[in-house]
Amino acid sequence: MARLVGEEDLEDLARGAAVLGTGGGGNPYIGKLLARQAVRENGPVTLVDAAEVPDDAVVVQSAMMGAPTVMVEKLPRGDEAVNALLALQDHLGCRVTHIVCGEAGGINSTIPFVVAARTGLPLIDADGMGRAFPELQMLVPSMLGVSATPMVVADEKGNTVLLRTTGNRWTERFARAATIEMGCTALIACYAMKGHQVRETMVLGTLTLCQALGRVIARARAEHSDPVQAVTEQLNGHAVFRGRVADVERRTETGFARGRAVLAGLGSYGGAKLELNFQNEHLVAIRDGRVLASVPDLIIVLDSDSAEPITTEEIRYGFRVSVVTAPCDSRWRTDAGLALVGPRYFGYDFDYIPVEERVSAERDRP
Amino acid sequence: MRIGIDVGGTNTDAVLMDGREVLAEFKTLTTPDVTDGIVAALAGLQRARPFPPRQVSTVMIGTTHFTNAVVEAQRLAPTATLRLGLPATAALPPMTDWPDRLCAALGRHSYLCHGGYEFDGRIISEFDEKEVREAAADIAAKGIRTVAVSAVFSPVNADMEMQAAEVLRDVIPGASVSLSHEIGRVGLLERENATILNACLHELAETITTALESAVREAGIEAPVYISQNDGTLMSVEYCRQYPVATFASGPTNSMRGAAFLSGQTDCVVIDVGGTTSDVGVLVHGFPREAAVAVDIGGVRTNFRMPDVLPVGLGGGSVVAGDAGDVTVGPRSVGYAIQQRALVFGGDTVTATDLAVAAGLCDVGDRDRVAGLDRELVRRGMQLIQERLAELVDRVKTSPAPLPVVIVGGGSILVEDRLEGASEILKPDHFAVANAIGAAIAQVGGEVDKVVSLADRAREDALESVRREAIGKAVAAGALASSVQIVDVEEVPLAYLPSNAVRIRVKAVGDLPLGGDDGATGR
Repeated sequence: MARLVGEEDLEDLARGAAVLGTGGGGNPYIGKLLARQAVRENGPVTLVDAAEVPDDAVVVQSAMMGAPTVMVEKLPRGDEAVNALLALQDHLGCRVTHIVCGEAGGINSTIPFVVAARTGLPLIDADGMGRAFPELQMLVPSMLGVSATPMVVADEKGNTVLLRTTGNRWTERFARAATIEMGCTALIACYAMKGHQVRETMVLGTLTLCQALGRVIARARAEHSDPVQAVTEQLNGHAVFRGRVADVERRTETGFARGRAVLAGLGSYGGAKLELNFQNEHLVAIRDGRVLASVPDLIIVLDSDSAEPITTEEIRYGFRVSVVTAPCDSRWRTDAGLALVGPRYFGYDFDYIPVEERVSAERDRP
Repeated sequence: MRIGIDVGGTNTDAVLMDGREVLAEFKTLTTPDVTDGIVAALAGLQRARPFPPRQVSTVMIGTTHFTNAVVEAQRLAPTATLRLGLPATAALPPMTDWPDRLCAALGRHSYLCHGGYEFDGRIISEFDEKEVREAAADIAAKGIRTVAVSAVFSPVNADMEMQAAEVLRDVIPGASVSLSHEIGRVGLLERENATILNACLHELAETITTALESAVREAGIEAPVYISQNDGTLMSVEYCRQYPVATFASGPTNSMRGAAFLSGQTDCVVIDVGGTTSDVGVLVHGFPREAAVAVDIGGVRTNFRMPDVLPVGLGGGSVVAGDAGDVTVGPRSVGYAIQQRALVFGGDTVTATDLAVAAGLCDVGDRDRVAGLDRELVRRGMQLIQERLAELVDRVKTSPAPLPVVIVGGGSILVEDRLEGASEILKPDHFAVANAIGAAIAQVGGEVDKVVSLADRAREDALESVRREAIGKAVAAGALASSVQIVDVEEVPLAYLPSNAVRIRVKAVGDLPLGGDDGATGR
């Protein structure tokens, strides 16, 4: 069912998106402000289920690309994403009928609202990952053969770069190079597809899930129940650690925010140590030398009291955080999925084991 | 001898201390005129325990003037904001997401100009002196003399902010200019917000600090005057004039540190019970735990480090409503009219204080006036108060293990001797002036902010050497070496410099020796 999403819904949506952002996906606060501004100026956005999209609809993904550490400092001009969409539409030679979200995380859950509000186009309740990932080819549609190109990368200075490539890994490399030249943030329009391809290849209902996550956090806070537990239950996940940030090391490298954070355990985790490795998003959680969770499963870091999602650019010495893991979309667990987003792709020398198996193995340890 | 003074919204507290000993305490209502309040406090101490003004070595003052000015949107200077970053950043102009009240108080005078840096030090666009000069002329024409300047990535390169300041001072004679790279860290909106708050308080800071200092001099005290900062360290009056935002939240910090000092605890929960509200916080290794997420001040988002304090609408003046079956306590309060309106003081309103007197917890006012209260109402009401406080204690604790709970503030009488989740309840002497004691035992800090190359050096080595340098600075500033701790570590990668350079900022703080033979610090 189509429904209208207005200013009052954006708070929950942005907070829930930051949960699925697994530390990345860009700053949710800035995403919320940008979407709110656009909705205030242009009215609410029409959100439609994938089921109601016509087979021959022309659907384009709208997103921000770059390093989250840069996005909080160099804010956009405002019309970059619409410029990217219009440039892509020119190249396609046909009118775009729907916008869809590429990444259900952080700012990239709200950027499509900016474009939908400004253009008046409906937004489809789906995304390409079911979470956030750092690279452009890391989408289920990509794994299933949909091309990211033709694609447009746009900056605040008015530059637009059109990419036509032989594969999505190439697209990532060229688009990343353009993004770095543009100052490590850019807005993109890509993955043009037909309506039926949305139903066949995307992760459906994620924007509704984002909103639901935001709502359970708000409710738990109001009722003084445990919001971290509420998130864990909503995602069918596991709360795996609670501690205090003892060290953060980060660098902006090849267009990404990379680094690691070390947590010293508190309460029942006293004496234990958890290391989080990230590349925009959290990739691997290692407890006392043992892998506790890895991509493509979700590693979510929340403020221990409020369950406010903590992004990798915000996490600082002294923060008290809880770590929640949750299973990824099942298509990511296939050989093709793991080739795209498994631990080995990110340079780790171990095989993927589903997080629920790792958690129960951990529980059985003497 | 040292004097600590805490100027709160309602009360001004003062203590005279020698070493670890509290020689005298005095509490008086905060006066609209800053000087009068300090003069009265110093005179009060002098009456309680005569002392020769020359023997006072230091005066430490904590003040909520600046926080309150922002919260109440009063006495703020009209302020213009000049941001260098076009064509970037236009989507979210300065003061986006500010509450209307504050926007109205400051005016909406935002100027977006070209300039700013990319993450790697390239420029976004050239600094356009003509554009800035025109903006400055417009600001001057409006009669505004206070300006906040921000530039994209100024923590990486501050040049353009300084160029803009030069132009502003040239065009607007006597302009007071706050630069964002001196105020905050990476995160344009939050840093800019803090800079605007700093700028709009600048005139008030001149007035207040001059008044504070002259009040101290009037009492014949020639000792240096220090002002409390939000991290529990002290700054000079001169520094406070430039950076009044640094005083934000120094009140809760002082109160918690004062409570720790009085009770001898380093890891404990502190409840500061006032007339209308109570603040609950937790001390870890003697320091208030900091809030993990962005902190709002008067509805404005900043990225300051602030103590994580949970306020609750429960205090000595909280109004008791309903009957035994459905009793409520607060959040409505008779506040400072408690001396007239509470039953025990001859009034007609049942307050939390009346319940405490009826329950036999304390003996203030006329006990006979609450003898007729329904026993069940008293029992349930007191139970409710303890439950609310226990719940807050539980929320601020880092682990389920019971912790000592220290109760301070004028409303301490509401708390029974047992509280769920508390290993013990401590109500130290001088509990009513914990804030002023916190100011009097405030610490000194050392901060090092430097760019280091990690090309031929391990990160851990580089960090360790900066840490050691910061500790050295704190000791040089007078801190006891054994008390110095690192309270903040921040790294900003400077990818534009060759050889993997990072900007490392480390802050260390330690106690001033409190005098006496052993120089003990209480922590």
